[in-house]
Amino acid sequence: MDLTYSEEYETFRRDLRGFLEARLPKRLADKVRLGQRVTKEDHEEWHAILQERNWLAGHWPKEHGGAGWDAVERHIFEEETTRAHAPRIVPFGVMMLGPVLMKFGSDAQKAHWLPRILNGTDWWCQGYSEPGAGSDLAAIKTTAERDGDHYVVNGQKTWTTLAQYADHIFCLVRTSKEGKKQEGISFLLIDMNDPGIEVRPIHLIDGGAEVNEVWFKDVRVPVENLVGEENQGWTIAKYLLTHERTNIAGVGFANEALANLKRIAALEHQNGRPLIEDPLFAAEIARLEIQLMAMATTNLRVVSAAAGGNAPGVESSMLKVKGTVIRQEINDLTRRACGPYAMPFVSEALEAGSNVEPVGPDYAAPVSGRYFNNRKLSIYGGSNEVQKQIIAKMRLGA
Amino acid sequence: MDFNLSEERQMLQDGLRRMLVDKVDTKAIARGDTAWSAETWQALTEMGVIGALFTEEQGGFGGAGFDLMVVFEEMGRAGAPEPLLETLLAGRLIAELGSATQIEQLDEVIAGEVQMAFAHSEPGSRYDLERVATNAARDGDDWVLTGRKSVVTNGGEADQIVLSARVSGAVSDREGLALFLVPKGTEGLEIRDYPLTGGGRGAELAMEEMRLPGDALLGEAGDALPAIERTVARGSAAQCAEALGLMERIRDLTVTYLQQRTQFGQPLIKFQALAFRMADVLIEIEQARSAVINLCGHLDADPTTRELHVSAAKQLVGATAKLVVEESIQMHGGIGITQEYDLAHFARRLTMVEHRFGDALWHLGRFARLRAA
Repeated sequence: MDLTYSEEYETFRRDLRGFLEARLPKRLADKVRLGQRVTKEDHEEWHAILQERNWLAGHWPKEHGGAGWDAVERHIFEEETTRAHAPRIVPFGVMMLGPVLMKFGSDAQKAHWLPRILNGTDWWCQGYSEPGAGSDLAAIKTTAERDGDHYVVNGQKTWTTLAQYADHIFCLVRTSKEGKKQEGISFLLIDMNDPGIEVRPIHLIDGGAEVNEVWFKDVRVPVENLVGEENQGWTIAKYLLTHERTNIAGVGFANEALANLKRIAALEHQNGRPLIEDPLFAAEIARLEIQLMAMATTNLRVVSAAAGGNAPGVESSMLKVKGTVIRQEINDLTRRACGPYAMPFVSEALEAGSNVEPVGPDYAAPVSGRYFNNRKLSIYGGSNEVQKQIIAKMRLGA
Repeated sequence: MDFNLSEERQMLQDGLRRMLVDKVDTKAIARGDTAWSAETWQALTEMGVIGALFTEEQGGFGGAGFDLMVVFEEMGRAGAPEPLLETLLAGRLIAELGSATQIEQLDEVIAGEVQMAFAHSEPGSRYDLERVATNAARDGDDWVLTGRKSVVTNGGEADQIVLSARVSGAVSDREGLALFLVPKGTEGLEIRDYPLTGGGRGAELAMEEMRLPGDALLGEAGDALPAIERTVARGSAAQCAEALGLMERIRDLTVTYLQQRTQFGQPLIKFQALAFRMADVLIEIEQARSAVINLCGHLDADPTTRELHVSAAKQLVGATAKLVVEESIQMHGGIGITQEYDLAHFARRLTMVEHRFGDALWHLGRFARLRAA
């Protein structure tokens, strides 16, 4: 048992810190710190900067343009970038599709698509959920029917994050209605510029529009865009959900959110004294910090095992439940910390350069929106109920 | 012992519920297209709803805790953001403290012809009622006020603002507070108004040597805090009742959704894990209702008893609001956080209950201190 990082890892951390200090644009870090909306151009700018060091997809093997990081290095990267208020890496190409292609894609697919993810040619989004297929993902109805050298796709996806920016979408589609519903699903790559695709924004409770509906009407997709075998899509989807989702605990985000909460609680006053000195409020912060300290180590236990070659199974589900709840509780307490100034709803104040001043202190402007928006954490990526079902099945014989 | 509504209150509840149903455009509010509706306000005044918030001597026909409860519970059930609470707060202060001339204005307040606001909290005061830094100094017959007020609901739209200031003492002294009636457009008063999460509008008020005539003073200078506490207790009761209505509306939406939404081949309500959680929500809402009844029944009790019930109700309603909002969104899934679904407005409005007059944690501490005293 040894809780310290090896010297090799510490060297990496120092290198990374130096890089972030030198290369992370202050303008971007300020946006993230103040909870302002990050644009497509912001993301692309940051991705390009990271790729200077092959760090955009650091966990990819070097042969594919990554840095060959193990799980520990990846964890350090997530920890340091959140601490520095870097924009998050848009995950759809780098975290999701890339690993899928490496595992299931043909050589031609790898050679074509992987470099384009890294150099920013393609912006991917994820076509999984449908109106009738949420937690019950295998119930998808969007069909892909073979017609010569093409599939013809009809149906609707929903909750498609950042589809408004995307030029490509990877989709779960139904290619067979025979047998179990899981057995007739395929994994298809679709060009968003194809005729018959329509993207409609869904506005969320915080006023933002990060998710969309994506409609398909007779969209013709070349058969070479099928990944893996026909009707193998469920296996690929599960691979993506269980094997490629490190950082599922969001320790870095939680650390940053806790630091922000403490900063606010030190600036806010109650009864003439800093709020953080109020024993009740301080106890609430402490309760969350204790949880977070333990979760960070749970996460490292999983990360360390993964670096040793053990694929995390049920642990991913445990970390997802615990990690999302802790982040949501920090958001909740942060909203309370701001008191009455959590009430103003000035959406424009969250757009950098809008010249609309927030009402009250700037740190209060995003807190209510973030509290509501981050209710999504326990809903998306397999709801926490689905995760508990997985835990019950894998560990409890349920 | 009788927990039934009197015939009059039952009629008021039925009438209000019928009138408000489908009246509130929750989607437009959630989108930020509108903060509240003049048409709904008109309908409320035509029903005479404001009169239910005042006693007969004051020119109304109710004014008791359970009158407030009936009215505001229905406002909550509809998600109505019309500034009725502001009329209650400012109107009751005028009724209790006003001179004969000032009290004459109550007629148009109760008729709903004027908009009101109560400007008390300040950037550094949080929920502490005695903490007032805005200064009022005598200058001949006039008063000259300088300071700031924060998140004043309806402040930008009010024809009359009841505004607190300090005439003596240190910033957190219980003595030394005074209330003033400030008409819209008074020179030296700067207002920035903005939409609030959950509907309605708020405002930041900046007073820079704002000059008021001597007869703008409401009641005695220096002794306003007990009346402010009494009024905020009424406001808290109204707000808690509104929260209760919101909770029941959200509960109904969620139960209907669980019964209709099918996943894995059956309605979600058939999954025991979800049904049990929804049962917990039901249990907690009944607890909240009892706490609100306790408060409404003790609004005219001695200050210590009254304030204990204020904090008990606010603590319980605040904690239950969080439970109801979070569980309802979770059980809806993604649809629960979309602007175009009714839950968005109800959830936002219910959550904001904690950010006025104190949240669950603040009242937990206050209750403990009151009990220990």
